[in-house]
Amino acid sequence: MADDLKLLRTWSSPYALRVVHALKIKGLEYETVLEDITRKSASLLEYNPLHKKVPVLLHNGRPVCESLVILEYIDDVYKQPPLLPQDPHEKAMARFWAQFGDDKVMPSTWRVFTSEGKDQEEAIGPLTENLKFLEEQLKGKSFFGGEAIGYVDLAFGWMGNLISILEEIIDLKLVDAEKFPLLSAWINKFSDDPVIKAFWPPRDKMVEKFKAMREHFLKQVP
Amino acid sequence: MTWPRPGYIVSTLHINPTDYCILIMAAASDVKVLGMWSCPYVNRAQLALCIKSIEYEFIEENTLKKSDMLLKHNPVHKKIPVLIHGDKSVCESCIIVEYIADAFDTGPRILPSDAYDRALARFWAAYIDDKWYPLVKVLRQSGDKEERKSLVQKLFEGLILLEEAFIGCSKGMAYFGGDSIGYLDIILGSCLACLRVTEKVVGVELMDPTKAPQLAK
Repeated sequence: MADDLKLLRTWSSPYALRVVHALKIKGLEYETVLEDITRKSASLLEYNPLHKKVPVLLHNGRPVCESLVILEYIDDVYKQPPLLPQDPHEKAMARFWAQFGDDKVMPSTWRVFTSEGKDQEEAIGPLTENLKFLEEQLKGKSFFGGEAIGYVDLAFGWMGNLISILEEIIDLKLVDAEKFPLLSAWINKFSDDPVIKAFWPPRDKMVEKFKAMREHFLKQVP
Repeated sequence: MTWPRPGYIVSTLHINPTDYCILIMAAASDVKVLGMWSCPYVNRAQLALCIKSIEYEFIEENTLKKSDMLLKHNPVHKKIPVLIHGDKSVCESCIIVEYIADAFDTGPRILPSDAYDRALARFWAAYIDDKWYPLVKVLRQSGDKEERKSLVQKLFEGLILLEEAFIGCSKGMAYFGGDSIGYLDIILGSCLACLRVTEKVVGVELMDPTKAPQLAK
């Protein structure tokens, strides 16, 4: 009997996009359940009562929550093509960099995006330092995963479309191709990959959404 | 704290007037743990190595004066614990425990054999580290009565969730891992010492057996 896979997600969540891309890479059929985060469905609250967030993957009715946990689960159940390396140390490094992305790169990018003036200038330093680590990781490789998109590429996948959107809104280069040639090249290669490109949310809607978010955050600053 | 092994030289090292730790000198260990004896995140690595019966050298770090070794092996975060295995290093405690589970096939399994159970274990480990355990430190350092009351309430709410998780994961057995200590037992268990200290500081029984009878056991 074929597995029943459902993905609860929103149209724009970068965390959910990780799972969308992973399922596509694995060649898996699934049903999409689009959520409205302002009016969470009974299903979302039932399947993720703790965090009440997307994405949630339902596999034969059993929920898996948290995007990186979902990626590992998909990789555990559906072996080909592999997302994580087989070697224990390489696997540990992949987990490390994915966590670094969520704990450091994403928040530092967000701080630059949601600030202005002197606050923004001060926020650029930490982001630059974080990006240097990523640049180093891409030496000699097409993708973080080597020659094919893997777990770490999916973890950083949000940069594939969001960086250029944020740069457009704040009129500031976040990933300068001169300072970060490998990372810039990765962003282009990743975002142009046919498997990845097919699922980018509409750019104009994303610009509108993130513009509104920036305005909202700037109003909060005392 | 490291655990003594029969047949190995154990020496007691006096660190400061009030503290001590037991340092195990393995004859030719290519496994090292950089850490502090009191750090729960470091204890996770040690617990996992003990479960796998892996001898290792413990190198006490001074977090106020970080060693060149620490800065070399964890240049990104410059934090303990770091596991050094041969010429490779692994950082971040949960990642270290999973690495130990993957790299050493001695001793019992640390992660569940079922993929879904593994996903649940990782989910709850993330909850403990991102949401629940950080409240313990804030509580211990808080001097505000109202803030303490609010934090204790949040910790109890989290405890009830962890009790439910335990009932689901343990399947009626003694540990999250079933009949032997597993990943979640290591992640939560390593927090217990600091939890007990916090209980004494604030005068509240946080691991309340009326709220979480199975976990308290």
